[in-house]
Amino acid sequence: MNAIKKAGNATNVFARSWANFVIKFKWPILLVTLFLAVGLGSQGNMEFDGDYHVFFSKSNPELEAFDALQEKYTKDDNVILVLSPSNGNVFTKKNLTAIEELTTEAWNTPYSSRVDALTNFQHTSADGDDLYVDDLSYESSLKTDAEVLEIKEKALKEPLLVNRILNEEGSVTAINITVRLPGIDLNEIPGEVTPFVRKMIADFKEKHPDFEVHTSGLIPMNTAFFESSMKDMGLTMIMLIIVIITTFILTRNIWSTLATLVVVIFSIMSAIGFVGIMGIKMTPPSAVFPTMILTLAVADSIHILVTMLQKMRRDGLNKADALKESIRLNFMPVFITSLTTVIGFLTMNFGDVPPFWDLGNITAFGMTMAFLYSTTTLPALMAVLPVKSKVKKEGTKVRKNWYVSLGNFVVKQPVRLTVISFFVIGGLTYLATKNAFNDEFINYFDESVQFRTDTDYISDNLTGIYNIEYSIGSGESGGINNPEYLKSLNAFEDWLNEQPEVVHVNAFSEVARRVNRSMHGDDESYYRVPDNREEAAQYLLLYELSLPFGLDLNNQINVDKSETRVTVTVDNITSADMIVFSKKGEDWLKNNAPEAMHAIGVSPTLMFSKLGFRQADSMLKGNIIALILISLVLMLALKNFKLGLLSIVPNVTPVLVGFGIWALYKAQINTGMVIVFGMTLGIIVDDTVHFMSKFLRARRELGYNAKQAVVYAFETVGKALVTTTIVLLAGFAVLSTSSFALNSYMARITVIIILAALIIDFILLPSLLILTSRKEEAVAKNMEEAQIAFDK
Amino acid sequence: MKKIIFALTVLITLGLQAQTPEARGLQIAKAAEQADLGFNSSTVNLKMTLKNKNGQTSQRSLTTKTLELNEDGDKSLIVFNSPKDVKGTSTLTFTHKVGSDDQWLFLPSIKRVKRISSNNKSGPFVGSEFAYEDLSSQEVEKYTYKFIEEKGSLLVVEQDPVDPKSGYTRRLVTYNKDKGYRMEKVEFYDRKNALLKTLIYSDYKAYKSKFWRAGKFVMTNHQSNKETILEFSDYNFDVNLSDEDFTQVALQRI
Repeated sequence: MNAIKKAGNATNVFARSWANFVIKFKWPILLVTLFLAVGLGSQGNMEFDGDYHVFFSKSNPELEAFDALQEKYTKDDNVILVLSPSNGNVFTKKNLTAIEELTTEAWNTPYSSRVDALTNFQHTSADGDDLYVDDLSYESSLKTDAEVLEIKEKALKEPLLVNRILNEEGSVTAINITVRLPGIDLNEIPGEVTPFVRKMIADFKEKHPDFEVHTSGLIPMNTAFFESSMKDMGLTMIMLIIVIITTFILTRNIWSTLATLVVVIFSIMSAIGFVGIMGIKMTPPSAVFPTMILTLAVADSIHILVTMLQKMRRDGLNKADALKESIRLNFMPVFITSLTTVIGFLTMNFGDVPPFWDLGNITAFGMTMAFLYSTTTLPALMAVLPVKSKVKKEGTKVRKNWYVSLGNFVVKQPVRLTVISFFVIGGLTYLATKNAFNDEFINYFDESVQFRTDTDYISDNLTGIYNIEYSIGSGESGGINNPEYLKSLNAFEDWLNEQPEVVHVNAFSEVARRVNRSMHGDDESYYRVPDNREEAAQYLLLYELSLPFGLDLNNQINVDKSETRVTVTVDNITSADMIVFSKKGEDWLKNNAPEAMHAIGVSPTLMFSKLGFRQADSMLKGNIIALILISLVLMLALKNFKLGLLSIVPNVTPVLVGFGIWALYKAQINTGMVIVFGMTLGIIVDDTVHFMSKFLRARRELGYNAKQAVVYAFETVGKALVTTTIVLLAGFAVLSTSSFALNSYMARITVIIILAALIIDFILLPSLLILTSRKEEAVAKNMEEAQIAFDK
Repeated sequence: MKKIIFALTVLITLGLQAQTPEARGLQIAKAAEQADLGFNSSTVNLKMTLKNKNGQTSQRSLTTKTLELNEDGDKSLIVFNSPKDVKGTSTLTFTHKVGSDDQWLFLPSIKRVKRISSNNKSGPFVGSEFAYEDLSSQEVEKYTYKFIEEKGSLLVVEQDPVDPKSGYTRRLVTYNKDKGYRMEKVEFYDRKNALLKTLIYSDYKAYKSKFWRAGKFVMTNHQSNKETILEFSDYNFDVNLSDEDFTQVALQRI
């Protein structure tokens, strides 16, 4: 006990001399920290990266497989323009002319390599030995009504068009622009492709007001990612206003509010500098860092300021003494809570999703700097600023407050409250297991984002947005013309088409069938794959010779003609169903096709589907390490092994409660929520630290029994815990308004967890503290009601 | 005296401007055509190597026969020797100075000649980086011209295709006026006027001390980072081919 006391004294001595030092050298400290913040801030360089690839680490196996597929064929980032004429019929001369015009204009899209539309679809027909390959509707403005009708009939029979470029009713059609980005400059999409496409659509709508245009595809998705990052960063301003108001209400002092503002702004400037120095590119998850830092950093300042003002107002200390006393009392708690928060955020590095590494590292750095500024700039500034406070004459009689009543309530029935708490927590924990991962990336955006509503429109009216691709090998050069290969591929295509979730299948076997029919004078009975290898190869050669620029088969057949690509478009199904479906396809190939044809399903959809599971697996280790580290910090801080262990209960259960309630609310969790455990652990542990340290102080220094100590803890830190919780709730409530689900869901569940943590710390924790202290209660003083000095 | 200088300056300026860039471009193209007149017919073997950006390659080998015609575009016959599956497949093309070309294909697997009726000449030739329009006979009438610059013996001319279905907005062709106006380099700009491909000619040889033929074509696609190399061997200018060698019947005889 002596050794611990000494250590305790040592920290007291350190904090006191720190306070003396800061106040003595207030001007140099202000200057140095100002230079530090401005210096770091000047290194700041905020660049936004909207590419969906940022969500996948370099070693992500799904990404590797998908990139390998794109290397083999073509890299297909796309923009889908969906056109709905108001007359409900695409096939009029006027409408076809408009579509043809827009198709021509679409070729001018920066980096475009291919444009697929209804009008430039390469229609093949035969007349004896003459083979005709031409645009389905070329120079549409010159067509007669009969020709337009003929075009309609051809189009609605074309498997490559229906449910992909054209709906079954012929009322909605798409133009698919394939874009091949060099990937050198971050500005390629937001600065070049997107503005061009938007202008093109605006011009088109002006000229053809009777068309509705909806936009989707990977490029608009990247744009939506990019824009939601910017938008979420804008939430910082709202949070800043909340910080100003909260600080002012809690301190009732304009100078304190100003000082707090300086601290949080310095912290954010430093974090921005960190972003620039580390070359981090902003993504939707990491772009919320300013709000995070604001929310978390303000608590440090509030603790220090509230104590200081209290000392001045109530105890009549002069400014310098009040400041020193406040630092002495708060240095350790602020240090510990900052440390646990930093540990919590750093655990995000264990995950598999790079934007969360960035979020964790930036926030951890910002919090470290916030601690530094709160213990240097803040007191120095308060020493400089003309803070005046009237000493309030206050009676020595104990003021009964709400917190004391709550304390007394808990103290009376610890066993009952413990049982009820565990019952409720147990029930919610069971419910928590009912949550399912779902990373449907379209649903990352809420209905306020146009990308989302446009994409929903397209799924409802034309085709699916999600897909899976298989690169199916033949095992030999030129082997795709082998009849055995073509037959198996055709069977796979047929099987896929039978699956209920499938909207469209694009396979090379369809090309083989079509060309075979054309080679036999359009005889329908030859709409099957050729029986002879040379025939198939020569037909393909002929067909390829007749295709125009940008509409070749290179996106479907590899250079060596040994593999072809099967693209399956599916309905909007959940991540879990997507994974099952992809596996079903793989299994079909294993059971029904030769070994060379076995393939795995890949696609961005599938990458996102597996992202949540991958993140959860990799974060598990990080979370355990965080729990151990934070519990260790607590044991050291409290100098008590037993209470350190006990703290695990109020630190872990809020997360279980949070996910339990979430199961009642949405029951679907996404990748963004996986990080919540480590992050909230670092935050909610503060409540436990404050409560337990006051409890221990009452036991050790004031000689109270457990029940008295609990009431003492309620009285001294009850209000502080409620106010910091309110600040945290405000911050995460602001984030929960994000239109981006990885952020808004994460923030919403954090709100639930932080609230649950406070309740657990007020109900379950004190009950447990009393129950575990029972044996030592032999010499408890008999007290009717806890009467304790206000002093901390 | 001043008046005379002024008058001279005006005359010289007018004299230089007398020929517009368009006219000079056309003149160069015609000079190039003129320089190559009179070869009558030729045959050549060619090896085509396709390379993707990872360096994986795939090869095809072909034989080409060309018959020079003056009143209309040249006739050509291409025979595929490999890959094995398409061995013996051959195409016959009649280039026309105006309008779309005629093309037939002989498929040995079904022993039939098919006529391809298509305006599409902009697609890739057998999966390579060459479009059919890059390889077909370069008739003067297929482009409009604009002279760009002169660098020593090199003349750069912009050529805009007349065919609305062409894959290009323009080509920048570098001629070597000291070597029978042979082409040294062609840069292709796609429909959005972005640099798509560069074709470099090398290993030139003058056959019959007049007809410059490159031994090697290297076409690099800057957007896909793919490359196609054509290597020509066994040029023969003494085959004396005639119209009978370029008929549908002849196509089946190969």
